[in-house]
Amino acid sequence: MSSENGAALLEVDDIHVYYGTIHALKGISLTVREGEIVTLIGANGAGKSTTLRSINGLHHPRSGTIRFRGEDITNRPAHEVVRMGISQSPEGRHVFPRMSVLENLEMGAYQREKGTPEYKEDLERVYTLFPRLRERASQKAGTLSGGEQQMLAMGRALMARPRLLLLDEPSMGLAPIFVERIFEIVVEINRQGTPVLLVEQNALMALEVASRGYVLETGTVALADDAAALRRNEQVRKAYLGED
Amino acid sequence: MSSQAGSARARAFFGAPERWLPWALVVLALTYPFWFDVPPFSYVTLDVLGLKQDVIISMGVYVMLALGLNIVVGFAGLLDLGYVAFFALGAYTVGWFASDKFSGVSWHFASTAVEGAAGIHLNLWIVMLLLAAVIAAIAGVIIGWPTLRLRGDYLAIVTLGFGEIIPDVFRNADKLPVPTGVQWTPPFLDFSNLNLTNGVRGIRQLDRPGFGEHLDAWTAGRLPERFGPTDLEPWYFTIVVFVAVAIFVIRRLEHSKMGRAWVAVREDEVAASAMGVPLMRTKLWAYGIGAVFGGVVGAYYGSFIGSVFPTSFFFNISIIVLCMVIVGGMGNVYGVILGAVVLQYLNVAGLDKIGRAFNQAFGTNETVFAQYKFLIFGALLVTMMLLRPEGIIPSARRKAEFHEAEEEGAPPAGDLADAHREGS
Repeated sequence: MSSENGAALLEVDDIHVYYGTIHALKGISLTVREGEIVTLIGANGAGKSTTLRSINGLHHPRSGTIRFRGEDITNRPAHEVVRMGISQSPEGRHVFPRMSVLENLEMGAYQREKGTPEYKEDLERVYTLFPRLRERASQKAGTLSGGEQQMLAMGRALMARPRLLLLDEPSMGLAPIFVERIFEIVVEINRQGTPVLLVEQNALMALEVASRGYVLETGTVALADDAAALRRNEQVRKAYLGED
Repeated sequence: MSSQAGSARARAFFGAPERWLPWALVVLALTYPFWFDVPPFSYVTLDVLGLKQDVIISMGVYVMLALGLNIVVGFAGLLDLGYVAFFALGAYTVGWFASDKFSGVSWHFASTAVEGAAGIHLNLWIVMLLLAAVIAAIAGVIIGWPTLRLRGDYLAIVTLGFGEIIPDVFRNADKLPVPTGVQWTPPFLDFSNLNLTNGVRGIRQLDRPGFGEHLDAWTAGRLPERFGPTDLEPWYFTIVVFVAVAIFVIRRLEHSKMGRAWVAVREDEVAASAMGVPLMRTKLWAYGIGAVFGGVVGAYYGSFIGSVFPTSFFFNISIIVLCMVIVGGMGNVYGVILGAVVLQYLNVAGLDKIGRAFNQAFGTNETVFAQYKFLIFGALLVTMMLLRPEGIIPSARRKAEFHEAEEEGAPPAGDLADAHREGS
């Protein structure tokens, strides 16, 4: 894998996160390099989404550091993190239901100048990745199906022209046909040059598209390895891939 | 069916009402003072409706208030029950900077007051458009900074508290209480004798705006040196200009980047912040701009009435203005204006007129209409909520929000943001 030689883009070092008195993350460390798809897998409540929320500045860790392209972003507010190039498709999609599809995509580029050639290029790119969004551009996002809303959430995140894309449970609640389609697109996005940090409960699919993976258990990293190695790992197979 | 066909025909004849209606209203507003008291028009305007100029002016004041609150409630979705605070602050700003309140000094700046009169007398346009705006904006940020972190009901309760506190402060700021045992006070202020508001006695004889003698002479009194207490025409045109500028500013804001951010925050805070919308800053802008509207029109109102009392700024004003926004149509500028015009008309003249017509028709001597004003408003609001919760002229987006449950394929009603917060 050539990507393993890429420079470290995101370095999370021993972060501890609390919700009130609940110790949600007990020292998570992980790295994403240029060109990679890295996946975080684990059961409900293991701390996957909290890790993402810490990275994009929605919830600040009490200790530990997060560095992005060498810069400390541990306590940066969310809008600055977005401006630095980390963009997220949140869990549960969170499209703006009463805005049209196009307006949602425009919101994705909120931090950028509208109407520039780059902006139009990105809109074209999103429409090419998700032709369905072009068809429905003027439709209210709330009236889309779950799979289409997921596509919209991902497209919206891409409109920020991210240097790192965070995807939180993109397959959640989708029909199997859509799940496969979504993962194909994740691979395509990555092939076009955007590194992806992918949080997934669907460990099987996630490990198939990812180059490396971290297994989270109750707020700690239980395993960290190549995706292929994790797929072969007995423990992972039993716990997450549904084999006995 | 036939009425539909008729309205379609009318549409074809007149064009879309969105096109000509605003211009028709502009013409109406600009010419009103010249024909409202001329028979036969005066039969309708004065005898039947009772639309005297001071009634119209107070309607204009409430249109401004409703437009300002609409930015906070309608655009940004922040339920503010203490809006009267900014209105009061604006009026007191005139009391401080354009009256003989601080009679220890005699500072004048391009003022309409008598030369050499005691007190601070700044030019009233500066006081209204600059000082009142700035002071209200600062107050908005001070109040908003800690409270806008709260959501929904919590924000409503806290703003309600501020709306109650501010008139109380004005009532009691004639003598600031110094705790017993405190020896030290700042040397430049005599704290125990500092009288900011005259308490319940209020501040009287506020200056009135004017254009100075040169403009007066030059325009043959069209722009008078000083607005008179009985000739209401200059006051009328001033508020018309205020409203026109307000509409222009709000329309621009609505379609600006900030306007889009307000919609995003209102629809889904989590998503908005994931898109890089700075939540606090966006909400503070809405709150601050709303406060500026309240402050400016409060200053106008204080100068128009000529005095300010803490009792003029009760909590019920916040509620009435909120009713105007809701009844008219949250988020829609024209709906909000209509709501303010209708409710304030009923408030100051309409109910009275209806009561008199009732008494004449039935030979009774009922006073219920004026006495049960708030009961009638409450009933109107409840009826509105049941029959047309989106308001008389809703904004398309707001309408969709209220009728979501009826649509097919609508998103789940539960608060996704909460689910997200509880999730790992």
